[in-house]
Amino acid sequence: MTQSVVVQVGQCGNQIGCCFWDLALREHAAVNQKGIYDEAISSFFRNAILIDMEEGVVNEILQGPLRDVFDTNQLITDISGSGNNWAVGHKVFGSLYQDQILEKLRKSAEQCDCLQCFFIIHSMGGGTGSGLGTFLLKMLEDEFPEVYRFVTSIYPSDEDDVITSPYNSILAMKELNEHADCVLPIDNQSLFDIISKIDLMVNSGKLGTTVKPKSLVTSSSGALKKCHKKPFDAMNNIVANLLLNLTSSARFEGSLNMDLSEISMNLVPFPRLHYLVASLTPLYTLADVSIPPRRLDQMFSDAFSKDHQLLRADPKHSLYLACALMVRGNVQISDLRRNIERLKPSLQFVSWNQEGWKTSLCSIPPVGHSHSLLALANNTCVKPTFMELKERYMRLYKKKAHLHHYLQVEGMEESCFTEAVSSLSALIQEYNQLDATKNMPVQDLPRLSIAV
Amino acid sequence: MSIVTVQLGQCGNQIGFEVFDALLRDSHSSQGLCSKRENEAYQTSCKERFFSEEENGVPIARAVLVDMEPKVINQTLSKAAQSGQWKYGKHACFCQKQGSGNNWAYGYSVHGPRHEESIMNLIQKEVEKCDSFSGFFIIMSMAGGTGSGLGAFVTQNLQDQYPNSLKMNQIIWPYGTGEVWTYTICKNLFFFFTGDLMEHLVAHPEFKMLSVRNIPHMSENSLAYSTFTWAGLLKHLRQMLISNAKMEEGIDWQVRPPLSGLPPLGKMSLSKDLHFNTSIANLVILRGKDVQSADVEGFKDPALYTSWLEPVNAFNVWKTQRAFSKYEKSAVLVSNSQFLVKPLDMIVKKAWNMFASKAYIHQYTKFGIEEEDFLDSFTLLEQVIASYCNL
Repeated sequence: MTQSVVVQVGQCGNQIGCCFWDLALREHAAVNQKGIYDEAISSFFRNAILIDMEEGVVNEILQGPLRDVFDTNQLITDISGSGNNWAVGHKVFGSLYQDQILEKLRKSAEQCDCLQCFFIIHSMGGGTGSGLGTFLLKMLEDEFPEVYRFVTSIYPSDEDDVITSPYNSILAMKELNEHADCVLPIDNQSLFDIISKIDLMVNSGKLGTTVKPKSLVTSSSGALKKCHKKPFDAMNNIVANLLLNLTSSARFEGSLNMDLSEISMNLVPFPRLHYLVASLTPLYTLADVSIPPRRLDQMFSDAFSKDHQLLRADPKHSLYLACALMVRGNVQISDLRRNIERLKPSLQFVSWNQEGWKTSLCSIPPVGHSHSLLALANNTCVKPTFMELKERYMRLYKKKAHLHHYLQVEGMEESCFTEAVSSLSALIQEYNQLDATKNMPVQDLPRLSIAV
Repeated sequence: MSIVTVQLGQCGNQIGFEVFDALLRDSHSSQGLCSKRENEAYQTSCKERFFSEEENGVPIARAVLVDMEPKVINQTLSKAAQSGQWKYGKHACFCQKQGSGNNWAYGYSVHGPRHEESIMNLIQKEVEKCDSFSGFFIIMSMAGGTGSGLGAFVTQNLQDQYPNSLKMNQIIWPYGTGEVWTYTICKNLFFFFTGDLMEHLVAHPEFKMLSVRNIPHMSENSLAYSTFTWAGLLKHLRQMLISNAKMEEGIDWQVRPPLSGLPPLGKMSLSKDLHFNTSIANLVILRGKDVQSADVEGFKDPALYTSWLEPVNAFNVWKTQRAFSKYEKSAVLVSNSQFLVKPLDMIVKKAWNMFASKAYIHQYTKFGIEEEDFLDSFTLLEQVIASYCNL
């Protein structure tokens, strides 16, 4: 079995991280009746590292029911926080805590039999998650070049409560472009929309159907921690579910396993285009036990609808470079193939990857569901998100608003900003070039001709 | 005359298991119409080739199992042990934890050199156990990372270390061809490593792609209710050869060999469906009742072949009364012909489109495989395709 190390950075990162651990324990408890902390989960989640530059969130974790899962050796905290300033997170706390972080990472890695992947969870809009989180990336690349770096990044929505989030995000993007192997961009707005949709369905009492209580992707009922009803609880649960499904193949048996390294290998044809849009279905399970094929097919169709994406994006109307389908539960390979064939005509794949599908089957479904599907799309539909981010950034930067907070940090110069923006522009340009090929007829390129 | 099998990667190991299992079951099956003495000779020789004996009489497969992740090897070992009839050697496996991530370059450039010594030692031990070692049978798939990449590395090493022994690579292509490979493989292995015949089948180093077809294809349940004649079987087999059919069903009977004296109608075009499959050499293996009466004249027609070899050398037939498993009569065709050109061409086309768009290249260059290496491979394959097309 291969192992991963989860590194949760900043307020958002730690809150999501905790939801994730909570769900993971619940899942393994359901599968393994003997004990909560079984071998499979302990070997997989052996080493989590929690980093925050203010104490509030981490303290809460240590007082809650998850206190037995973590010990103080896994924490790095400070008091004052990064003040929503990427420069403080990256330059100040980066250099301050570099050695400590490195030491903890090395210890974690040593305890792993076969370390395959680092999962980093953070947000882009703040200071710690964004700045320190991305500082980590370069460190991981230098220290552990053979270990994959998967990053789950929460992008700011339009009405973000942090004014300087565009600066923080753009500065962080440059690091993601250069040092991450795979990024799963997620935005709060999409999560919020998904929750609203679920609430609507659950409360509408349509057709007299009832939703199975434990199946809500947003619920933490029956979980180790009390149901807090905090504002982001439900949204964090969705992201936690995403991570759970992503790692299911490594944690459980299945007829068609997918290694995390295979995700990177198959879904990333060009090094910088490593942004994967995720969608999770179903969002809830109705009470009827049998799964008629129509419902199963609906699950596949939903995975491609823009309402189920965890980013505001519409993959159906953009161009696919590659797509991964990770199925859990009692689903046959023939169902998988049938649905791919059915949906193919309505999707556009780049000309040299018309059959760019990577699939996996894990026999254990998530708690409360009989089956589920996680789709990861490397698709040009991420482009609008990046373009909007750039626009918001330019509006602030043109007026030089709040810039002095950054420039007064040692090591920060205006060139950091200009380089970050060009990195983003170059990325957008790469997507543009691919989009330009979208409606062109598929042509085979001229082959080598051999003198016989 | 023993053969050492090297099973590489998930596919190689799963298929390898089926091969040994089928071999042993065939060896234990009813003796057909040959005499008891003939049958015993067959059984002994089959066992000797593929298995070695242990004290308690359980045959041990002459095999080395290699994979970069443990799951499949563990399953394979336990399945064999569960059969009670045979098993793999206790120390015959080499295994790691992490896999090759579907990356040929990783299998070839990272795993290969890293584990070269351990793997080659295991193989050497197995070879030393053979009284009379004749060659290697290497099973691997082409589409993944371990079978494909590490498989290539190991094959190269075997070529360097054992230059005079025969090596046969059984490769599984990325899409299914719907054949029952294991039965075919079994039938052939028994005869394969006789030097002369290999020389004729593979007359020219540029032409070494062999394809295998076997008939009849039947579910075991229907076998009891069917009877075959040699004439019928051979007629079908010959048409399968000429019309490039993969299976007995859907044979195109319209394809005919060119009239003698005239060259085939135009060079083989990859787009035409109706074309005639020219052979360099063929080998037909017949097993079962009344095999001596089987008439293979149809395969000796010079119109089927290129003009390079004398007809007497271009075609060979082996016959044995000893039936294969439950089949009263069965026939196998091993052919060096244009059978594989179309599938090969399809793969090269897809790969070239990807390569020309520079897709995924960085995943390979980061492990030391450069663009020139890709170009070399493409050039070689285009040459093979062109050569076979121009037969």
